Amino acid sequence: MSALLTALLVVPFAGAILAGVLRSERAGTYAATGAALVTFLLTLPLPIGRGEGMWHEADTAWVPGLGLRYHLGVDGISYPLIVLTALLTLLCCAYTIWHAPAGRPSGARLAALLLVIEVGLLGVFLSLDLVLFFIAFEVVLLPMYAVIAGWGGEARQRAARKFALYTLFGSVLLLIGVLGVGISAGTFDIVALTQNPSLARSTQIGFFIVLAIAFAVKAPLWPLHTWLPDAHTEAPTVGSVILAGVLLKMGTYGIIRVGLGVLPEGARAVAPALGILAVAAIIIGSLVCLAQKELKRLIAYSSVGHMGFVLLGVAAGAVSGGLAQSMGVQAALLGNIAHGVITGLLFFLAGAIKDRTHTGSLDDLGGLRETAPAMAGVLGFAALASLGLPGLAGFWGEAFAVVAAVQLGGGWIALAAIAAFGAALTAAYLLRLLRRVTHGPAASSVTGIAGVTAAERLAWSPLVLLALVLGLVPALVSGVAQ
Amino acid sequence: MPVELAYLLPIVPAACGLLGLLMPRSNRRIGAALGVTGASVALAVAVVLLATFQETVEKYFTWVRLGSIDVTFGVLIDRRALFVALAVGVVALAVQVYSIGYLAGDEHYGPYAAQVSIFTAAMLAVVVGNDLILVLAGWEVMGACSYLLIAHDRTLPEAPAAAVKAFLVTRVGDVGFLLGIALLGVAAGSFRISEIFVALPGMSGTTVTAAALLLLAGVAGKSAQFPLHTWLPDAMAGPTPISALIHAATMVAAGVYVVARLFPVFQAAPVALTVLGVMAAITLLLGALAATAQDDIKRVLAWSTVSQLGYMTGALAVGATTPAIFHLLTHAAFKALLFLAAGCVIHAVGTNLMSRMGGLRRTLPVTFWSMTIGLAALAGVPPLAGFWSKEAILLAAEHGTGGTAVLVYVAGLAGTFITAWYATRLWLKVFFGPGYNDHVHAPGSVMQAPVALLAVPSAGLGLGIYLADQEIVELDAVALLPVGLMLLGILAAWWGWRRSGDPAAVLGRMQPFLAAAFRLDDVQDALVVRPFTRLAALTRVADESGVDGVVTGVGTGTVALGGSLTRWHRSGVPRALAGVLVVAAASVVIFALNGLLR
Repeated sequence: MSALLTALLVVPFAGAILAGVLRSERAGTYAATGAALVTFLLTLPLPIGRGEGMWHEADTAWVPGLGLRYHLGVDGISYPLIVLTALLTLLCCAYTIWHAPAGRPSGARLAALLLVIEVGLLGVFLSLDLVLFFIAFEVVLLPMYAVIAGWGGEARQRAARKFALYTLFGSVLLLIGVLGVGISAGTFDIVALTQNPSLARSTQIGFFIVLAIAFAVKAPLWPLHTWLPDAHTEAPTVGSVILAGVLLKMGTYGIIRVGLGVLPEGARAVAPALGILAVAAIIIGSLVCLAQKELKRLIAYSSVGHMGFVLLGVAAGAVSGGLAQSMGVQAALLGNIAHGVITGLLFFLAGAIKDRTHTGSLDDLGGLRETAPAMAGVLGFAALASLGLPGLAGFWGEAFAVVAAVQLGGGWIALAAIAAFGAALTAAYLLRLLRRVTHGPAASSVTGIAGVTAAERLAWSPLVLLALVLGLVPALVSGVAQ
Repeated sequence: MPVELAYLLPIVPAACGLLGLLMPRSNRRIGAALGVTGASVALAVAVVLLATFQETVEKYFTWVRLGSIDVTFGVLIDRRALFVALAVGVVALAVQVYSIGYLAGDEHYGPYAAQVSIFTAAMLAVVVGNDLILVLAGWEVMGACSYLLIAHDRTLPEAPAAAVKAFLVTRVGDVGFLLGIALLGVAAGSFRISEIFVALPGMSGTTVTAAALLLLAGVAGKSAQFPLHTWLPDAMAGPTPISALIHAATMVAAGVYVVARLFPVFQAAPVALTVLGVMAAITLLLGALAATAQDDIKRVLAWSTVSQLGYMTGALAVGATTPAIFHLLTHAAFKALLFLAAGCVIHAVGTNLMSRMGGLRRTLPVTFWSMTIGLAALAGVPPLAGFWSKEAILLAAEHGTGGTAVLVYVAGLAGTFITAWYATRLWLKVFFGPGYNDHVHAPGSVMQAPVALLAVPSAGLGLGIYLADQEIVELDAVALLPVGLMLLGILAAWWGWRRSGDPAAVLGRMQPFLAAAFRLDDVQDALVVRPFTRLAALTRVADESGVDGVVTGVGTGTVALGGSLTRWHRSGVPRALAGVLVVAAASVVIFALNGLLR
């Protein structure tokens, strides 16, 4: 099994190289999709033989002089994210086969970059060594920059630069935090650090704040979120899907794995501040969405609100302790996966609509259900899932982040109340979105547009299915974490 | 019969609905078959369970464990749940069959029928669910389905807005509902209703009161209680069978039912019951008065629903859960009948406006007789269904103690007069007088059969329940008071009709104000909608220019700083050189000192 963990990094990397060197555009995208498919299939047997703690580990010396180890592992916290990463990368690679971006650098290169991003993402979710974790965290950055700058919309250069510089700022703090923790504790091993948190409380608080800011940039947590709307709006469809679907999860995963795991005392001390910021993110993100006029920007800002719910769960979990056994962290994990699935789907839909109508302005859209009923139906489904309708994936994470906060009592109940009110605002902006895009008489931009293509059906249906299945059987995520 | 059968109540219609959404929308036959199957199975299961009912049973399994709390999925079956499930089944089946005819030419029939099935399933989950999370799930799915179904009609420009309003207003109430559930669940360590009842004595008074008040917010949203009632009249934009579904056995009934189901919680929080009583009295009179001035036949019925819901919540406020559910059941029968019959009328004459109707008793005899029974039941004419349940409520209020009981009793009596008045007005305006309509399309049997069948419970359900349980109503001299008021109401309406052709002429200049329901929509718009729209616009500007402005500013600032450094370097290399030398020299000295001191 430990070879499998390494294979999860090697296969997409090899696929990326192959896709990059193959001369034929078609062969390149097929090779990339093949590699993504193999990677996805490789994630499936991981739960076999799972037990308490880490299910499987691979651990060898890497730079013995510095005490660095090549230490990978998978457990219930990381596994759902690993599967989600592999699935979304597969869907995006397959999508580029049919939807090669016209007049741009080749689709094969785009697919290759997606695979490099996948290597970094899987590296983050698999790493059990802080330095390895940091390196994987950084691997993601440049290819994502290239995806936005190479295949993005009109203002792509600016958006890509902002994304890269802003998240680099986060990386600096991450590096400081990681080295600081490793040096003061004498080991970079996440498992050892989690099992025996040896650092003093004040040290933990200091490092947690540094690391929390670093992860908050990626998540993103208000007010460190402003790179996100630009990046999302300009990124190509597959870029947005990966960005929202899994790249943001590096932040929330990091704060759970490294923050709560390695620095539990620090996390507990800072949790109230984190909770307040999370709730602010929910309300502010929703209000901005309510006044937003651009489709992709609106969905991007909705991520700010949804990630607010996830971080509220994290904050509650930090107070109650118990990591994956706590309701807060479980809600966060559920919210993480649900957001990945649902927002991935929403960005696919936004891309499909923008490709056809050549506009993302809510003022110019309208009446989609008259001309493309199937697409409008899926959009309605995705919006209902995103507003946290029970029975669909979004419900569990958000409702139980609220319950977890109520469980803590005191001022947390007030935070829970504000967050619950944010859920009503979320419904308000998503219903406004639907009303603008799907209802009413057909606008000229949506008249005569093509229906849902086979490729789109292929890319969307797994996400639609997952949104429903995770809504009905949330234990698929929270059960493996326990 | 195994009680596990009850699982089928929500699951079969839900499965039929999900399947229906996947079917090609052009295939009406499959859509209709799935819709009717889902409702029929639910109805059959409810009948079987009721026939074999012995005692209250709970069956469940763990749905998901979160933290230290198990969320369960299961059924908690008692007689009340089965009666309500039966009503849901009957109305859902009637609506499904009726819709086949009503949406005969509609190419979007397939998804519509599927959504009705999911709606039914959601209501049944609320009715039989054993766990508050499951109840919440059904509760919110109903809101979503009402949204989808109200927006169904593509030709009505107001439909999308009405749909959004219905979902959003109820969702605002649901904020409280979720928090109330969270408080109870956390305090009891379980979301199971039975566990919560067990843990109730050990909870602090504040927790219980807060939870009960928060739950009431959700109840007010779903059951259209003041001030969250504003969505219900607008929901008329949905197809008429959907109105029947929403107004009779689902959605609005959910709030009343949940209060009855969780009554021990409310009993432990007297403040919440007082709030409920005040809300009920306002809602009762507000709805009844608004119903007097409407011209749209569906709006009369919609406001009458608001008013009748006030009776039910009023009963709950004085602790009379059985009369409340009794009225819920009779109301489900006659209101479903009234809406489906109104649909026949609208279908026949092509307008909703009563000012464009008249003399239809000859051309639509079946509809006329059914609707006569329905309206008489609504007004409380003995021995029809509404009479018994309304008497039961007024009796409970009369026997109750405290200000709440007096309030509910007085409002209820006044409501009896007004209800009779507007019911008579509707009856006279639609079926009597001169006819405006030359081309009347008689509705087909698919539409008339459900209406005629619903006339049976509308007429006999009250008497039937009275015969089964004579304790529920006490027929004495006091019981004559509402009957007298009802007769007065009928006479007053008839007198007004004879005098000017429209009893509402009496209202004079008040009529537009009443028709606009005291202009509460404008109040809501001014106090909630517009401030939030403005706040949203402001937040957006603050976020995009403020928060992001700082970020961009830091970027621009850094570039500018780099620029000036470059200039500074270019202009004064010697100066820079001197600076570097000074730093270097200082470093050397410090290192040297360091070494010496060791």
